[in-house]
This record gives sequence, structure tokens and C-alpha cells, in this order.
Amino acid sequence: MATIPQKIIHRYLRRNKKFPHVWCMGCTNGIVLGSLIRAIAELELQKDNVTLVSGIGCSSRMPVYVDFNTCHTLHGRPIPFATGIKLFKPEQNVIVITGDGDATAIGGNHFIHACRRNIDMTILVMNNNIYGMTGGQSSPTTPLNGISVTTPHGSIDPVFDICKLAIGAGATFVARATAFHTIETSKIIRDAVIHKGTSVVEIMSTCHVSYGKLNKKGGPAEMLRFLKDNSITIAEAEKLEPEKKEGKIIRGIFHKVEQPEYCERYQALCDSLQKDEKPEAASPKKEEAKK
Amino acid sequence: MSVKPVKSREGIIILDSEETENLSDVEIAVEKVSGDYKKSPVFYYYEWCKKCGICVAFCPTKCLGRKPDGTPFVAFPEKCVHCETCDRLCPDFAVTGAKR
Repeated sequence: MATIPQKIIHRYLRRNKKFPHVWCMGCTNGIVLGSLIRAIAELELQKDNVTLVSGIGCSSRMPVYVDFNTCHTLHGRPIPFATGIKLFKPEQNVIVITGDGDATAIGGNHFIHACRRNIDMTILVMNNNIYGMTGGQSSPTTPLNGISVTTPHGSIDPVFDICKLAIGAGATFVARATAFHTIETSKIIRDAVIHKGTSVVEIMSTCHVSYGKLNKKGGPAEMLRFLKDNSITIAEAEKLEPEKKEGKIIRGIFHKVEQPEYCERYQALCDSLQKDEKPEAASPKKEEAKK
Repeated sequence: MSVKPVKSREGIIILDSEETENLSDVEIAVEKVSGDYKKSPVFYYYEWCKKCGICVAFCPTKCLGRKPDGTPFVAFPEKCVHCETCDRLCPDFAVTGAKR
């Protein structure tokens, strides 16, 4: 048998789906999907032990193409579905894939409460600064003065910092990656899947059709080059002066702490209640014995 | 499933039906173009390519080129350093970088 070039990704794609995929040419969702598949392949997880849950949006189309357990759910509600899956099958590696609007605007409440509970799941937030699928409306992460269909003269709303939001809400692993740095993104996703507790990874991606065209950011290659030139690691950011840091994307692992996980606490509660019941059931006999 | 004869680099090999079931379309296509592939360091699966130009823009040694309609191709195979940047950055999984 002849040797075949090792392209790991094709082993994980669904063969009965229509390819090329539905995303626009040069959309970074495909690159991030590749990074995600490489991370799972490096972890050597079985396909049956991985569950991808997604909401609605461009990035949420991702689970459709990969051969894991997948769930394509309502707009903004992938985290409640994932919570249910995780509580019913705690051995599953649950990965939630949402967009910036899906996670912070429409499902914002679910997002912060999943972080608060510290339930063991990985939330990948694909941040492309806009609602790409519905035609380019401004999202909570559209930059100040960024032009969108609903803000034709520039957005005046301050921007959500998803990483700070997640840390404030109580997530135990918070990191930011970009679509361009594929090896680093794979490493961060791998660490996030291993971590016990809510892991939030914000992945900066691009949308040259809805956001890039209106803001004159160029085509797919130019927007990827912007991510390459304007992102710095945490170590580099500490050395820079605060004035030079403006407009830069800081990537790396911001926050990592060990805290009791929700499924374990729930199981411990169930066990303790069952233990309490048995002595109660046995107590009448003891009373009889005392008599 | 019928048994597909697949041409490999050594010649025509008839794969067992179980073996072809485990292969994706791309892998079978890679096997079919064995002759050219052996010379070229990068294999393009043009049926999936959307001509976005990311592989050409980020090639560190500029060994890839674009035809007038945007189709990428390996212009200078001898310049390739097997970094697999094009493989990792392809959004459509259409590029397979060969290991050295």
C-alpha cells in the first residue's frame, strides 16, 4: 500500500456533506476549524467522545462538516444545550462554538452564567466584529467608529472585551488567539479542552465581505495580514508602553485557576444526599433496637 | 461497495473495499495524480479551491504563484522549504503540503 500524505483534517470531515463548504472564499472560519481538528487529533480523542454544540451564525456552521457528535441549536442558546449534554454524559468533551453576537449579545446571559457555574466545557467565541451571516449589522464587538449596515456613520458604542467579561463572570481558563497563528491556536484549544472547568477562548477572525468591505480593510489576505501585524503576545505587551498598546490584539492565556467543577459538585451533592437517606431508613430499626 | 483501482506512485494498486472506505475523496485524488505529485511539494485539490489567494500571500519563500484567473499553482517547486504554512492556512482544506 502506497504512503498517503498525512492530512489529518480529511480524516475528521464528514464525507456525505457537500464540499467545498458554505463559507465565503478566504473566510477564516475554515482555518480555525483546521486548528480545532488538529488540536483534537493531537489529544487523540475518540470521535465519539467529542461533542460540538453551536448556535446560529457563520462560525456556528462549523460542526456540520466534522464527524463528531454535533448539535446545531437555536440562536444564542448553545450553552444551555451543552450544559444539559455535559450533565447527562459527564465523560463527553463538550466544545461550544459560537460567534461574537451569538455569545455576547443574544446568548449573553447564558454565557456569563455558564462561566459562573464553572461547568467543564470549552467555549470557542469566534470574534469577527460583526454579524456576518445576516448582512453586516453591528455587534457588541464592533470597534468604535467601525462602519456597519446599522451604523453607517461609525459605531459610537464601547466594545465588549470578551476575555475580561469571562474573567469577571468567573471562568477558570480564559485565553485569546487569532485565526492566523494556527499552531498557537491549536495549543490553546488543546489546553482549554484539557482544563477542568469553563474554558473561554476568544478567537479573532475576519469577515472581509461584511466588515472588511465597508471599512476598507481589503480582501481576505489583507485582513489576515492585519491580524498578523497587529497582534502581540502577553510577554511582548508587558514590555510595551500603554500608548503603543492601543489597537493591538493581545493574545495568550490570561487567566488559569483550579476551582471545583460543577458536575463533580453536583455528583458530590447527590452522593451526600443518598448517604443521608440510608441512615434515616435505618434509623427506625435502631430505635427499635434501643427499645 | 465496488473495488476501485487506484494508481499509486509505484503503479496501479487495487485497494480493498475496506481500505477505500477509510480514505477521503482528497486522499484518493492525491493517489491518482501520483506522477506530478512526486515532483511537486504542494498538492492542490482544485475542486475545493475558492481562489482566495491566502496560500500565495503567506508563502514565506514565494514559491507559489497565481494564474490570471486567481488559480494558485506551484511556480517554483525548488524554492519550497516544506513549512506547511499553505496547508495550515487554507480555509478550504484544498492544499496538502507534502512532508520532506
